[in-house]
Amino acid sequence: MSSSAAVQDYKSSLGDPASRRFGTFSYLPPMSAERIRAQVDYLLKRGWSPAIEHTEPQNAAGSYWYMWKLPLFGETSAERVLAEAEACHQAHPRDHVRLVGYDNLRQTQGAAMVLYRGQPA
Amino acid sequence: MAKSAAAGRYSAGVKEYRQAYWQPDYAVKDTDLLACFKITPQPGVPREEAAAAVAAESSTGTWTTVWTDLLTDLEYYKGRAYRIEDVPGDDSCFYAFIAYPIDLFEEGSVVNVFTSLVGNVFGFKAIRALRLEDVRFPVAYVKTCGGPPHGIQVERDKMDKYGRPLLGCTIKPKLGLSAKNYGRAVYECLRGGLDFTKDDENVNSQPFMRWRDRFGFVAEAIRKAEAETGERKGHYLNVTAPTPEEMYKRAGFAKELGMPIIMHDFLTGGFCANTGLANWCRENGMLLHIHRAMHAVIDRDRHHGIHFRVLLKALRLSGGDHLHTGTVVGKLEGDRKATLGWIDLLRERHVKEDRSRGIFFDQDWGSMPGAFAVASGGIHVWHMPALLAIFGDDAVFQFGGGTLGHPWGNAAGAAANRVALEACVEARNRGRDLEKEGKDVLVAAARSSPELAAAMETWKEIKFEFDTVDTLDVERAAA
Repeated sequence: MSSSAAVQDYKSSLGDPASRRFGTFSYLPPMSAERIRAQVDYLLKRGWSPAIEHTEPQNAAGSYWYMWKLPLFGETSAERVLAEAEACHQAHPRDHVRLVGYDNLRQTQGAAMVLYRGQPA
Repeated sequence: MAKSAAAGRYSAGVKEYRQAYWQPDYAVKDTDLLACFKITPQPGVPREEAAAAVAAESSTGTWTTVWTDLLTDLEYYKGRAYRIEDVPGDDSCFYAFIAYPIDLFEEGSVVNVFTSLVGNVFGFKAIRALRLEDVRFPVAYVKTCGGPPHGIQVERDKMDKYGRPLLGCTIKPKLGLSAKNYGRAVYECLRGGLDFTKDDENVNSQPFMRWRDRFGFVAEAIRKAEAETGERKGHYLNVTAPTPEEMYKRAGFAKELGMPIIMHDFLTGGFCANTGLANWCRENGMLLHIHRAMHAVIDRDRHHGIHFRVLLKALRLSGGDHLHTGTVVGKLEGDRKATLGWIDLLRERHVKEDRSRGIFFDQDWGSMPGAFAVASGGIHVWHMPALLAIFGDDAVFQFGGGTLGHPWGNAAGAAANRVALEACVEARNRGRDLEKEGKDVLVAAARSSPELAAAMETWKEIKFEFDTVDTLDVERAAA
């Protein structure tokens, strides 16, 4: 690819639900299981509390998605975090499912990323 | 202590400053405001006398004794020089440490602090040059100031951005676009994946684009980009104005339009205007981006002026949710260690004295929120790995030409910025060393992003490698 290549159109529109994004990493291609696992490890290593949330893609812009159970306080196993995300996905196969890392010391979310990309209605 | 409990007799005339204002045995109080000045004295003036003169002239003293001195307790109210240190590698000057009692300063007034500390004393004849290197604001004083209207965590919640730095772009050309064309440039950047766009500092309300027209078109651009991407967007609407009345009118209209963030230039606008606007922003739920035009006039000379870390501390007290801090890597001045020092001062709750980063005092910010560091000036996708390694997540990477100069336009440029950022965050989180492996990370990410590939091709040759003018004294001495 070079800058002398023909100018390309930027494909994005109101009419195309695929133009909607959903936060950090939504501009990257879907991650492999191994890459996702590395992000979960990072979150746990930072001491953040993992939590799973989901939403219909068309409602993703709000501050509050549906909580999947409670945050997994004290959880240290990436497998168990991923298993909860998987369970949420099985229950809501058309929804976005995201992993949040609550940083209680700074009162913020240190991480938030969609693990399963939903299908727009 | 308490040498002069009683007033004593009045004796007119000129005394040496050091008799009253040099006190090497003084025990600093937790409530004192402490300052470190770099003093270049006139030839023949002893260090203690020069230090005492600065303490006197920036607090209670004047050149001669006056009878009304005896009507108060100057021993309580005076500032005093309590320590002198060599400047590493430069014997033309020295550091003087001065303690001021907290009662010298009006509560919540950065204006008053600066009028005292950097007022008349900077033109004082007995010194050839004077630089305010650092100030320790006691937490008791910090608590009297409003500070950032919202702070980092609240901004993340309001804008719904987590786990990464934010991305912005300053719209160019900085002057001359019509309001509608300007809004077009904003819309294209935001739909491509940036979080913010920005008025340049000198965009106020010129004949070619009056502020009300700009605000209207920008608001439409933001609303459409939000609907299209499903993400929250903002544009720093510059409300810097000729008068406070005009500034508040513009801020009020931005709020009426439902905009999340406005912008002010704190040095050209002044601390009075800035503090008022910051209070207004908290009152009205608006984020506040702060530009620093004119700072290099004040902070660039190594021997005279005010160090940027002091301007930054003053801004954190006065109020702002973002502040430009330099980039280390782009086209503007900025030594790496010094920059790391002052971005800590902007964002953290407690910062330790660390001379290797130019920090002369412990600084406790108490409960005052921190603000985002804004890295702006000549940056593009190739800088992304270094920017993330240097600044971490609580920063805004503010592009200009690095978005708008993309061969396919702003939206593609923005997407390239966003993909590069997310690829770097993803790689950092899985333990890769961005400063060593940054190139591999970007090359891999470009395989699935033609926008990023085109950006990397466009800017591959651009570098900004000049020596920094204002290096830290400790580093100059070591070199």
